[in-house]
Formats: sequence, structure tokens, C-alpha cells
Amino acid sequence: MDYQPLWLTLKLALVTTCCLLLVGIPFAAGLAKSRSRFKPFLEAVVSLPLVLPPSVLGFYLLLAFSPTSGLGKILDSVFSIRLVFSFPGLVISSIIYSLPFMVHPVQAGLEALPSSLREASQTLGKTNWQTFTQVLLPNIKPALLTGTILTFAHTLGEFGLVLMIGGNIPGVTKVASIAIYDEVESLNFSAAHLYAAILLVVSFCILVTVYLTNKRLSKNRLPI
Amino acid sequence: MIRISIRKKLQLAGGNGQLNIDTELPDRSFTALYGPSGAGKTTLLRIIAGLLQPEQGIIEVNGKTWLNTSKKINLPPQKRNIGFVFQDYALFPNMTVLENLLYAQPSNGIQTKADELLNKMGLQNLAHQKPALLSGGQKQRVALARALMRQPEILLLDEPLSALDDTTRQHLQAELQNLHQQYHLTTLLVSHHVPEIYKLAQRVIHIDAGQVIQSGSPAQVFNLHDALQGINLIGEVVNVSADEVEILARQNLIRIKPSLQTTGLALGDKVSIHAADLSLQKLS
Repeated sequence: MDYQPLWLTLKLALVTTCCLLLVGIPFAAGLAKSRSRFKPFLEAVVSLPLVLPPSVLGFYLLLAFSPTSGLGKILDSVFSIRLVFSFPGLVISSIIYSLPFMVHPVQAGLEALPSSLREASQTLGKTNWQTFTQVLLPNIKPALLTGTILTFAHTLGEFGLVLMIGGNIPGVTKVASIAIYDEVESLNFSAAHLYAAILLVVSFCILVTVYLTNKRLSKNRLPI
Repeated sequence: MIRISIRKKLQLAGGNGQLNIDTELPDRSFTALYGPSGAGKTTLLRIIAGLLQPEQGIIEVNGKTWLNTSKKINLPPQKRNIGFVFQDYALFPNMTVLENLLYAQPSNGIQTKADELLNKMGLQNLAHQKPALLSGGQKQRVALARALMRQPEILLLDEPLSALDDTTRQHLQAELQNLHQQYHLTTLLVSHHVPEIYKLAQRVIHIDAGQVIQSGSPAQVFNLHDALQGINLIGEVVNVSADEVEILARQNLIRIKPSLQTTGLALGDKVSIHAADLSLQKLS
């Protein structure tokens, strides 16, 4: 049994989640605060990965990353970075693919907080950064946890996009979901079973943890 | 001395209106803002706090300009030294009572200030509780204590007692009175409650639809008569029968036993009722 696809999946999910925490939270905060006319358009862009077939997203990213044209050409010629069929390419496409899973809960959590909390902090002389990190974020812990875990779990289960961008290179881009496909194709059902069962159990445990923890956290919250 | 002169568009029930306020709050005074919902009371408080910007206006606090739209000066809330008590208290749910107070402490503040205020408000035993576990009155005390942490130049109270039951309300009125006597903070209170205003405030500004209707002492504004002149209720006779006379005075139906005074009264007669005719009973 080759464990490498499992480790690779785990690594991809971890890196993607960390990056999305850094990118997604400020993005969600901006959306929650925004009253711009363009907000619905931005929200639609964030939600696109929820409704598009992964192959569509994968196709466009493949074109964008391709070393023969556009962005991929610049990256290749100037920085010697090639994103197609590489792990960094997988990470970037996973970030885009899982963006709504981080942004939606965090944005909803921030929007549900009474505006008086932010205003009270301002009248107490605190900067916007202090208000955000010490008042707003700590009071949306359930939303942060949900966003983090859903991003992680969603990346574990990625298939179509990974196949389009990463292909099937063992140790580089062959994640568990692709390994399953591979094993089934070569009629190696016992290995496919094992990969599938591990993914199933891990995903289930992760989701149970989210719901249990959110139940505990919500006890401390004010009834708003 | 706080000088306020504000023009701001208002969304009123009957369409658009304008908030027009020109007033001065003497140092250490306790002023109440009185008026119906949507009159612009909370809007004025939020403008003073810097949470809203008016189209035109000047706010000067003890010689410092907080707002001057013609000179394009508009200090953010952080730079205005205010204490704001919100209607929903706005306590930070993730912090304990003590942490809520310490959060408000300026970096150059005195370490013992939080303890002093907790003691004064009778909150020592609750210092390590989260706000979710407190009663309405306790939350209100914490919100007040937190607003006092920065020794504000003006204390803004947005209907702070409206959500409380009568007994708690009375206790907190007394506490507000004590605090004002002790700290001498210039205070602006939004309230609908006439007895509360009478007890606490030296001056009332009555606003309706964004305009100042009247300002002055509570007795003047609410047209309260001195008891020595006798209470006069003006009413109309609505029923006369052999065993009683019924008089409607404002919303009150008053029944009087027939006597020498009532002989000759007919339906629709206007009468005045005097304090001597009324009996008194303690309610609580």
C-alpha cells in the first residue's frame, strides 16, 4: 500500500487552509464591511466555485497557467515558475476552489455581529485593527472554525480540478482522490477500498468535530 | 462647555426631514434629550460620538474642535474622549466583566481604576463572569463602568434604562445620580421617561422631527405645576346618575359620589378637579 497520495492530500489541504486563513479572512471582512455597488459582483465571483463544474475552473486555470500563454508565460520566462502539473499550481487552484468555504461563514459571522460592538470599541479609543483582532474575530470563533474545517475537508475531497491542473504524477500531484480513480481503472479494488475508506472516515470525523465544537462555543455567546 | 450646531438629513416616518440642533451644554451639567421615537435623539448622540457625520456642523468641546464641516475637521470616534452607553449595552461577549473594563483602559491609565469602578458599581463578585450570564441591570452597570474608564469629557447615554424593570430602573437612576455628583461628568441622556428626567436632569431638550421644540428645566418643559398651587385636572362630565358622576380627565375616568358640589352638573359640562378631592395610595 502506497501512503504517499494520502500524505500529499493532507499536505495540500493543510497548506491550502493556512493560505486561505490569510487571504480569506481579510477578504470576508472587506465584503462584510463593504457597501459598494460592486459587492454583489464580488460575492458572485467568490461563490462561482460552488456551482461551476471543477473541470470548467480547471480548464481556465490550465489556460492561465500554461507556459505558452498569458500569466503562465510571464511566470515561466521571468520567474522560472511553472504552475501546471506542480504542487504550487495545485495549491493556488485549491485556494480559488475553496474560497467560498472560508469566505462565506466568516462574512456571515461578521455581518451577524451587532454593529454596536465595533462602535463601542471605537468610542473606547481602539483602532480598527485592535477592534478587529480583539473584539470582532474572537466573537466569531464558531464561524472561523467552520470556515477552516470546511476548507480543509473540501480540499481533501478535490478531484476534477486536481486532475486538470496537476495530472497524475506520483509524489507531486497524485492525491488520494486521484489514486482511487487510478486503482479502480486498473481493477485494483482492494487498494481503492482502503483509500476511499480512509477519506470517508477522516471527513466524517472532521465534520463531527466542527458540530460538537460549535455547540460548545455557542453556549458562551450572547443571545443577539 | 460643549457647543453643538448640527444640520443633518433625517429619514422620518413622514418622509425626509432635517435635524437642526443648536445648543450648548454647560460644563458638568446633566442634560436630557426628550422626544418621540425617530425624532433624531440617537442620531444627535451618534454625531457627537463621531459615529455619524452631519452634512453641516460644529462641535466644540472645552475649546477643542471635534467637528467643523466648513474647515473639514472631523475627529474619528477614537480621538474624541467620550463615554458612550449603548441601548443594547454592547458588552464584548468574549471578555469577562473585568476584561471589558481593562480593554477600555487607556495605555496611560491608572491600573486601579477598574477595581475602583467595580467596587463603586457593586460588581466585584462578577468581575470574572462573562456578560452572557449577567442580568439586564448588571450589564447596564458594566456598560456604565466601562464608559467611565477613560474619564470622558462627555458621557452619552442612549436610553440606557429603557429595557429594565421598574425596580432596577430606580436603583440605576439613583446610581447615575451618585456618579454624576461624584465625577461631575457633562452628561447627555436620551430618555422617554418623564419622572426619570425630572430626577436626573437639570435641563431638558425636547426635540420632535429633528427640531428643538423647547428647552429648559424639566418643570418648565413638561409644564409641571408646583404642588402648592394645587393640582388641577380639567375634565368633562360624561355620565351623571343618581349614585355617581363620571368625569373624563385626559385618559382618566374619575367617579365621584354625588354631593352638594355636583348638583346641577349635566353631560358635557367642563369641570376642574382639585387635589383636595383626590385620595392617594402607595403602589410599590
